[in-house]
Amino acid sequence: MSRIGVFVCHCGENISRTVDVERVAKEAGDIPGVAFSCDYKYMCSDPGQNLLKKAVADNNLDGVLVAACSPRMHEKTFRKAASAAGLNPYLCEMGNIREHCSWVHEDREEATAKASDIVKLMVERVKKGKSLAPITVPVTKKALVIGGGIAGIQAALDIADAGHQVVMVEREPSIGGHMAQLSETFPTLDCSQCIMTPKMVDVANHPNITLYTFAEIEKVEGYIGNFQVTVRKKARSVDESKCTGCGVCMTKCPKKKIPNEFDQGHGMRTAIYVPFPQAVPNTPVIDRQNCTMFQSGKCGVCQKVCGPGAVDFEQQDTLIVEPVGAIVVATGFKLYSIERQPEDSPIQGYGEFGYGTIPDIIDGMTFERLASASGPTGGKILRPSDGKEPKQVVFIQCVGSRAREKGISYCSKVCCMYTAKHTMLYHHKVHDGQAYVFYMDARTPGKGYDEFWRRAVEEEEAVYIRGMVSRMYQRGDKIVVMGSDTLVGVQVEIEADLVVMATAVQAQDGADLLAQKLGISYDKYNFYSEAHAKLKPVECATAGIYLAGACQGPKDIPDTVSQASAAAAKVMTLFAKDQLERDPVVAKVNEKYCVGCLACKKVCPYGAVEEREIRDRQGNLVKVVASVNPGVCGGCGTCQATCPSKSVELDGYTDEQIMAMIEAL
Amino acid sequence: MHAEKLQHDFEPKIVAFVCTWCTYAGADLAGTSRMQYPANVRVLKFPCTGRIDPVFILRAFQKGADGVLVSGCHPGDCHYMAGNFHARRRFAAFRALLGFVGVDLERLQFSWVSAAEGGKWVEVVTELTEKVRAMGPMKEFKALEDEEQWSGALNTPELREAFESIT
Ligand SMILES: Cc1cc2nc3c(=O)[nH]c(=O)nc-3n(C[C@H](O)[C@H](O)[C@H](O)COP(=O)(O)OP(=O)(O)OC[C@H]3O[C@@H](n4cnc5c(N)ncnc54)[C@H](O)[C@@H]3O)c2cc1C
Ligand code: SF4
Ligand code: SF4
Ligand code: FES
Repeated sequence: MSRIGVFVCHCGENISRTVDVERVAKEAGDIPGVAFSCDYKYMCSDPGQNLLKKAVADNNLDGVLVAACSPRMHEKTFRKAASAAGLNPYLCEMGNIREHCSWVHEDREEATAKASDIVKLMVERVKKGKSLAPITVPVTKKALVIGGGIAGIQAALDIADAGHQVVMVEREPSIGGHMAQLSETFPTLDCSQCIMTPKMVDVANHPNITLYTFAEIEKVEGYIGNFQVTVRKKARSVDESKCTGCGVCMTKCPKKKIPNEFDQGHGMRTAIYVPFPQAVPNTPVIDRQNCTMFQSGKCGVCQKVCGPGAVDFEQQDTLIVEPVGAIVVATGFKLYSIERQPEDSPIQGYGEFGYGTIPDIIDGMTFERLASASGPTGGKILRPSDGKEPKQVVFIQCVGSRAREKGISYCSKVCCMYTAKHTMLYHHKVHDGQAYVFYMDARTPGKGYDEFWRRAVEEEEAVYIRGMVSRMYQRGDKIVVMGSDTLVGVQVEIEADLVVMATAVQAQDGADLLAQKLGISYDKYNFYSEAHAKLKPVECATAGIYLAGACQGPKDIPDTVSQASAAAAKVMTLFAKDQLERDPVVAKVNEKYCVGCLACKKVCPYGAVEEREIRDRQGNLVKVVASVNPGVCGGCGTCQATCPSKSVELDGYTDEQIMAMIEAL
Repeated sequence: MHAEKLQHDFEPKIVAFVCTWCTYAGADLAGTSRMQYPANVRVLKFPCTGRIDPVFILRAFQKGADGVLVSGCHPGDCHYMAGNFHARRRFAAFRALLGFVGVDLERLQFSWVSAAEGGKWVEVVTELTEKVRAMGPMKEFKALEDEEQWSGALNTPELREAFESIT
């Protein structure tokens, strides 16, 4: 007969408000095999844990069930306590009577009955539990950082400075991300390039960092401490080892009128190009879609002029396999577009703003480029249509953000602040110009943020109009902006020379595909999910993978950098040990029953199942069986549900345990 | 504050088989968001839907479940990459079989609920509970369970007859 202890938590009042915890504890005491049961105000507190330890010792318990919050919250806590009391940690389980019961049901009678049922099921599970020994695996002390924006750069530098190897993979030809495009940054108005480019150079020169640009993640295998990552280095058409970065090729390339993505399409570049002069690495790439050589086989000018002979039209994509122990995902964001979206898209464009067809309606990032000294206008505010200096500029906040009808209900967090910044930059450059801002709310939490916003309103004379813009259209060379001022309660119409929209921050293109390769979760907007909103804001639920920057949700630079350093600290904590203990929830084959059909091998997503030959003493083959490599097994249990002879079993989720729970239904 | 509670003649027993990574976490989120749903459901946690053996579903029906929900990560989002893909194939065949032996397939629901979809969990559970409540108790399998209690004896006239009828 088992000797199980059941501990029912009140969670202050979070559970006891709807669940009669005393009754649950009492009923638990009547379950055969339960030797001890009680209820307590806070099981996770120090006295609560001591209560558990004491009960284990006093009653000689051989299993423990804590009925409290979700195991995702405190399973570790209680397993540690059980372990301290001399019990195998895997003989301690949790019954979720908070998230799955007291918080979701109002009726006390029903909630109490359900809580008792949960205890009953889980006690059966504990009874059939087995002691498991932790599995130790080596840790590869090398980190992968995906994305080379400020988030990735900060994380990579921190980890590399701590003495560990870092591999950085950036999709574009240069690192830098969005911050490299900004002109000046709130709340201090320092020049973005001046604080960004030195860090980019540090990455390139760091002895511990290997940088792959124009590269993407092809495949991720393995698990915490032992990932195998395949990187696809796209063909650059320029040999990086030979190129000296002189740039002759770009001056001679005859295709000169290609809109430059870095300038949001407002400057021009050649077919062989670096995205911007301070690019890291300063090695050009050929845009094959726009290159005459690739399209019609004629030209090859760059190859002829290149001194060191670096241009290579034959170059192919290469695949590189990197073993790493931890992964930091820092893939950032993209900006919402008001253009007409495909019919089936959950996100919609703005027909009322002309679906992006009016040239002098631009987005915030384009304004950053216009205001930047290195931008297409050399830092002069000139409007795209005719290059004139606009005297009336309307800024619109929350375009696509907090707009449920357009498919996005969240706040993009940075727009209030950067719009205030834009009005200042505009006022500094066009002294006789007037800025108007349509806004829903001015959200300025952050150190020095409200002061910054007030400065825009009070000293820089931006006119803030609380209300929404309902329509915009072109009239002559003006844009008519029709909106409402909800504070005064009147309709307003402004004839603007230029309109700047603070469009929503959205998850990066392909964020979902990358998540699927990594096996991490994401929300309905494709932003990556952290393991816990408050207590694990940089970890993914998938062990060994961490998040930094705007890929997790809209963020400004200070928050991005903090999170990146936090992610780096987590990686360093992982790398502080040579061996890692991992959950022993792995599959084992019963060789006696295994018929060697290898159905398990076919379904195992980790390739953990190998064939093993069993031979007699003379060396004659007796049979072939499946064998699971515990270091590689992820613990999904697919093999067990597939095995026709029931010869493979997942520890911690055995058929016996599950059937016992079902019997107790 | 408490809504007037409706009294029903029949309260179905709903069993949910869910994976830890998506649906269990989604149900946790429904809790942290203090959403409300019927208390009929009992949740059994699995590492992945790939671990769920159809036998468990049969046994749950035999043991008195009136409705069964199987829920995991969305296609492509499985924490183990492909567990839910194998589960889906397995359950497609199993469902057909279950229909063939006369179980009303309305009682067995498959769905995808991600860790971020607390609201969807509430919807799925509420819908299934209401549907099954309207259908009434599931009798077929429980009757079988009562009838087919095998004594363990091998050489009985019934068994011999059954054996001869198939050879
Ligand atoms: C108009 C505008 C003005 C702003 N002004 C300010 C300001 O004044 N002050 C401030 O604090 N913040 C400002 N911000 C916010 C700031 O831009 C962000 O906080 C910051 O850029 C986030 O950095 P990140 O590294 O997370 O993302 P990003 O800058 O987006 O970098 C992500 C990087 O990852 C790469 N990448 C993406 N997908 C992949 C993939 N699959 N594989 C490999 N690489 C990939 C991208 O190419 C990119 O280089 C502004 C934002 C906008 C839109
Ligand atoms: S000319 Fe040759 S060496 Fe110079 S930048 Fe171009 S590819 Fe590099
Ligand atoms: S539990 Fe089975 S199928 Fe899943 S990873 Fe381990 S060996 Fe492979
Ligand atoms: S982990 Fe959720 S279905 Fe596989």
